[in-house]
Amino acid sequence: MTAAPPSPVSRGVVRRTIGRLLQHRLACFGLAVCALVALLAIFADVIAPYDPTTSHYEAIKAPPQADFLLGTDELGRDVLSRIIYGARVSLEVTIVSIAGAVVLGSLLGMLAGYFRGWADHLIMRVMDGMMAFPMLVLALGIVAVLGPDLINAVIAITIINVPNFARMVRAQVLYVSQLDYVLAARALGAHDAKIMARYVWPGVVGNLVVYASLRASSALITESSLAFLGLGAQPPTPSWGQMLSTAMQYWDAWWMSLFPGAAIFFSVLALNFVGDGLRDALDARLND
Amino acid sequence: MLRYFALRLAQIGPVVLVVSFMVFSMTLLLPGDPTLSMLGEGATTAQRQALRTELGLDLPLPVQYGRWVGRIVTGDFGRSLRNRQPIVDMLAERIPVTLQLTILSMLVSILIGVPAGIVAAVWRNSWADIGVTFVAMFSMAIPPFWAGMLLIMLVCIQLGWLPPSGYAAFSDAPLQSLRMMILPTLTLGAAMAGLVMRQTRASMLEVMSADYVRTARAKGAREARVILHHGLPNAFIPVLTVVGLQFGTLLGGAVITESIFSLPGLGSMVIDAIFNRDFPAVQGAILVIVTGVLLLNAIIDVVYYLVDKRIAR
Repeated sequence: MTAAPPSPVSRGVVRRTIGRLLQHRLACFGLAVCALVALLAIFADVIAPYDPTTSHYEAIKAPPQADFLLGTDELGRDVLSRIIYGARVSLEVTIVSIAGAVVLGSLLGMLAGYFRGWADHLIMRVMDGMMAFPMLVLALGIVAVLGPDLINAVIAITIINVPNFARMVRAQVLYVSQLDYVLAARALGAHDAKIMARYVWPGVVGNLVVYASLRASSALITESSLAFLGLGAQPPTPSWGQMLSTAMQYWDAWWMSLFPGAAIFFSVLALNFVGDGLRDALDARLND
Repeated sequence: MLRYFALRLAQIGPVVLVVSFMVFSMTLLLPGDPTLSMLGEGATTAQRQALRTELGLDLPLPVQYGRWVGRIVTGDFGRSLRNRQPIVDMLAERIPVTLQLTILSMLVSILIGVPAGIVAAVWRNSWADIGVTFVAMFSMAIPPFWAGMLLIMLVCIQLGWLPPSGYAAFSDAPLQSLRMMILPTLTLGAAMAGLVMRQTRASMLEVMSADYVRTARAKGAREARVILHHGLPNAFIPVLTVVGLQFGTLLGGAVITESIFSLPGLGSMVIDAIFNRDFPAVQGAILVIVTGVLLLNAIIDVVYYLVDKRIAR
């Protein structure tokens, strides 16, 4: 068994998929915005004109001007700097929670789809139960138990996304498991663990990546919703959702609500574009 | 037909069991001593023991769960830890608000989404189609709380047409109640309208290329009649399904919308209860929301079956 496994995701296919993605105009726009947000988050210390928590008492609720491009908030903190640092929170929460959901969901989906039987029933009934909750309501229930803070918000967003991934992976595993090369591996007496890791898993990965990118925007919206409700990142850590909930007390300072909201909006839009683009690129691959 | 209903019920049964256990176990999962989490660090031993007895925390787990389910089924959701009010009374006050909000939002999404979808499908690839598709895409990416805030800024602060928040019960003052609901339903309905529009466009495109539409045209029916009489009724079924299945999402969105516009519904009940560590209230409200979603999904299934009996197979 030294021959390379007949993986459905070969390098050439990946390259062609990426090529197709780059031809997708909206996806390119989305990728560019995502890259911008990532750069802002990573180099926030260098890019942000001010410290996000420092108050400028001479400029409380100052409208946008040369010194403060997007104005200041009720404590005289620079809105632009807070948005830049807020990108950190949003990016971290989105990446960590989606990665967590991918890992947990794949594990459960693999177990359910590969072994079938009672493991399948048990896992999928629990997933069905979780999916009966509206996502935000399930997140609220989890945060209610764990208490409101950023880490718990990440845990909540991870958990609410697990059922989606488990279902998707299970369906994919069911399909791949009955393909000839998997049956051949089984006939040759390979271990279950080896079959799953070397033969089944590569057939799942492509769809998983697309699905993860499609779920990312919803994770971002959930994060900012929790923060907006005061159940996410706690002050003074700047986060977009929390900036908006503060802005609700100061309607005269329109810049306090306009800019953080726009940051969420464009990030979500960008993630949607990338997800759609990836899906189309993969569809085209399947149609080859 | 009875067999189909029995099958559906058998499928829902385990889900209801899992859901009820999840909601029940919320108090079990509280880190540390649940009575401390609920009453705060300042509670005396006697107070904590009283709460233990009230919640039955000393009993074995299966007995606790059985008792809890037994109480819920008879409509006893316990009492609020905050003001000792029976939770079932709180729910009774708040359910109509959330229902009014979600139902009106559904209507708004249909009233906006369906005509827009028809226009996009009939004039496919025209500027109208591209415009409508773009607006739909935007409306689905806009965070609901931001949409609500922008509406408040524009309509209430700039134009001064409506008060930014408040609520009037429909039974007390119907007109005032509807007026106060305009912005919340627009906020919640707009996101859904995008989805409704996309579905309407897709199913209209499919229906309009069907044989019976061609026949109607061949018989010389006017285009408006072909669209509204032959196309729309058939395209509408999948749209209704999408609307129904989104009820859960809508209830999730209602949480946010209620908190922006200070509406006293189930969503704001959950949020308030979380901040007050009022767990029986959190459990009650969440249980009602999930039950609502499950019920509606079951109803949609049945309606769908009545419309198209091939589904049963």
